[in-house]
Amino acid sequence: MRVLSVSRWLRGAVRAPSGGPGSPQVPQPGRREREAAPGGSCPRAEKVTVDVLDHLEHLALVDFRDSEGVERLQKAIQFADQLHEVNTDGVEPMDSVLEDRCLYLREDDVTEGNCTKELLKNAKEKVEEYFVAPPGNIPLPKLEE
Amino acid sequence: MAAAARGCGGVWCRVWQCGAGGSAPRGQCSVAGSARSAAVPAGKSGLAPWVPVVGLEIHAQISSNSKLFSGSQVQFAAPPNSVVSFFDASLPGTLPVINRRCVEAAVMTGLALNCSINKRSLFDRKHYFYADLPAGYQITQQRVPIAVNGTLSYSLCTDNKMSQMVTKTVRIKQIQLEQDSGKSLHDDTRSQTLVDLNRAGVGLMEVVMEPDMCCGEEAAAAVRELQLILQTLGSSHAVMAEGQLRVDANVSVHHPGEPYGVRTEVKNINSIRFLAKAVDHEIQRQIEELENGGTVLNETRAFDSKLGCTVPMRDKEGKQDYRFMPEPNLPPLILYDTKSLPANMNHQQVVNIDWIHERLPDLPSVKRAKLVEQYGILPEHSFTLLNEDGLTEFFENVVKHTQMKPKKVIGWILNDLLSYLNQHSLTVKESPVSSSILADLLNLLERKEISSTAAKQVLVELWKGEGKTPLEIVKEKKLELIQDQEALEQICQAVIDGQENEVIMMVEGSLCSTAVCGTKKGVKMVFFFSPVDWHLSCRASIGAVKLLLSDYQPFLLLSYFTKCFCRN
Repeated sequence: MRVLSVSRWLRGAVRAPSGGPGSPQVPQPGRREREAAPGGSCPRAEKVTVDVLDHLEHLALVDFRDSEGVERLQKAIQFADQLHEVNTDGVEPMDSVLEDRCLYLREDDVTEGNCTKELLKNAKEKVEEYFVAPPGNIPLPKLEE
Repeated sequence: MAAAARGCGGVWCRVWQCGAGGSAPRGQCSVAGSARSAAVPAGKSGLAPWVPVVGLEIHAQISSNSKLFSGSQVQFAAPPNSVVSFFDASLPGTLPVINRRCVEAAVMTGLALNCSINKRSLFDRKHYFYADLPAGYQITQQRVPIAVNGTLSYSLCTDNKMSQMVTKTVRIKQIQLEQDSGKSLHDDTRSQTLVDLNRAGVGLMEVVMEPDMCCGEEAAAAVRELQLILQTLGSSHAVMAEGQLRVDANVSVHHPGEPYGVRTEVKNINSIRFLAKAVDHEIQRQIEELENGGTVLNETRAFDSKLGCTVPMRDKEGKQDYRFMPEPNLPPLILYDTKSLPANMNHQQVVNIDWIHERLPDLPSVKRAKLVEQYGILPEHSFTLLNEDGLTEFFENVVKHTQMKPKKVIGWILNDLLSYLNQHSLTVKESPVSSSILADLLNLLERKEISSTAAKQVLVELWKGEGKTPLEIVKEKKLELIQDQEALEQICQAVIDGQENEVIMMVEGSLCSTAVCGTKKGVKMVFFFSPVDWHLSCRASIGAVKLLLSDYQPFLLLSYFTKCFCRN
C-alpha cells in the first residue's frame, strides 16, 4: 500500500515502523485514543520549541498567536505521526494520483495573455498597470516567550 | 587536495596583488599549476597559498513562443502585465500544462553538454515568499532533473596575445527545467515595490556546474562557451544584457590540503566581463578577510559594477528553507528513445531523445575544428571568428568570392575589418563594408592591380559607406599599379631629371629604418620609410622599379622593402 507522505516535510527521517514487513496496516480506531494522551506511547512526541515555531511562522507566514494555538499544533503533529505506524520499507512514495498518466505536452503556441485590465481588477493598489507590493521582505519580529 | 587537481589548480598569493591592479588576477592564474613560473613563490612572502574554488549556477531563458506552463507569450520589454495569463498570476483554479518546446530545448542542451538524459523526471515546488512570485512557490526539478552528469569544455588563452590556448573542462551536475519569476521594481522613495509579471512563468534551464573552476577568467570563458553553445542550438538566445542568461557564482577559498572554506554566493552579474571581475574581487575579499583573522560568512552578496566590488544583499539574511515538495499537479515527465518508443503513440505527445540527437547542429568546438581544417587558419583565429556574431559567415563569403587564399583573407578580416568594427562599436551586420565589396577589393589586390597599401587606402574610403565600389575608388584616387614598363621609366626619369637634387622614394613596410643611397649623374637617391604619408599615391610595384633602377645604380637593397612608391 502506498501512503501520501504529507508529513515528510514536517519531520526529518522516516521512523522505524511497528508493523510486519510489507503488510498493509491501517491504524485501528482504538489506537488513536491511546496516543492522544500527552506523551503517549509515541516516543517522538517532542514539544514544539520556540525556535521551531519562529521558523515555521517565518516560512509559512502563519501566526500561532497564543499557547492554545501552539497546543493545537502539537496535537496536529501527533495526529499526523500515526502515519509512521505503517511499514513503508522498500515502497516508493506516491506523490500524485496522476502518476500513471502521461504528462500532457502542449504545443508552443501563444493562446493567452493580454488581459491586463482583468488581472488588475482585484488589485488593492496599482501604479500604471504595475501591481503594488510592500518594499522587499520585511523580517517578522522575533517571538518573546 | 582534490580541488588542486581540478581546474587550474591555481594558487593565489596576496602579495602578488599589491599595486598590480587589473592585470593581477590574470597574472595569478597563469601562475597556477606551474610553480616554476610563479614570480612570487608562496614561501617567500611567508603567506601560505590559497586555492580559490568557483562554482556557477546559470539560468538560461528558453527561447520559445509561450511560457513553460502556460500559453502567454514570452516577450522582452512588453507593456507591464500584458503578457500574463491567469496561471502566471496564480489565480485560483489554474493548472500548469507543460510546453513541449521547452522540454525539447532542455533535452538538446543536455545532449550538447554530454549529459545523461533522465527518461523519467519529476517536478517539485520550491517555496519562498517574494512579491514577484505570486504563487508563493516556484515549480522546479529538485529530486530528479531532466539531465545529469555532463561536461563543458572551454578554452583559455594563457597569455594576452592569444597565441597559446589551453582546454579545460568543468563538470555539469545537472540541468533542470524551472519557472522564471516576475520582475520587481523597488521604489524606495514611496516605500513600495512595483511588480510586473510578464516574466513570471517563462521557461528556464538551470545549469548547475561543479566547483571545478578557480578564477574569474575560467568562469568567464566557461560561460562564454556555454553561451555560444546555447545560441548555436537555438535553445536560448542567451543575451546577458536582456536577462536571458543569468549567472550566480559560488566562491570560497581554502589552503591546499584543507577542507573547502565557507562559500558566498555572488548575484547581480550583468555581463561576462563583470563575472570575471566579481569572482576575482570576491576571491580577493575572502583572502584578505581570512588573512586578517576574520571569517567568511555564508551569505549572498551582490556585485556592484560601479564600485567594482561585492556588497552584502539586504534581503537574504539567514538560511532559506524552501520546503521542497512534489508538484501534485504534474505527473512525471517521460521521454523516449527509439528503443523505448511505444508503437501506437501520438507523436505530438512524444519527445524522442534519439530524434533530437540526430538533428543537433554542429557545436562551436566542431565548427572551429572544421574552419581550421577547411581553410588552414590558426585555432586562435577560429575562436575569434566564432566569438563575433556573423563574422564566420562574412569570412566564408569573402573566401567564396575571391581568389585570395583564406590564410591571407583571415588577416584582412581580423586585423582590418574587426578592428574597425570594434573601434566604432559596430556589429558585423552593421558593417558598411559588405563581404562582396571586400572580396572585390581583395581580388584587385590578388591580381596585382593595386598594392596592399593602396588596398588599405581604398578600405578607408569604403568605410565611409558612400556606395562606391573598390574599382571606382581606385580609379578616382589613381591608385592603380603601373604595369607598363615604359610609363614607369618615364615617370622615374622625369623625377630624376627634375629640378630636385634629391629623389625621395617613400617605402612602405616594416619598421626598420635602413636608408639606401644610390647615385646617378650626381643625383642622390635616398630611400627611406615613413608610414605617415599615406596620401602619396602608390603607383609603382617594387619589382618594376627594381629592374628599372638597377640600370641606374648598382646597390639597391630593396629586398628589405615590400613595396615602393614614387612621389608625384
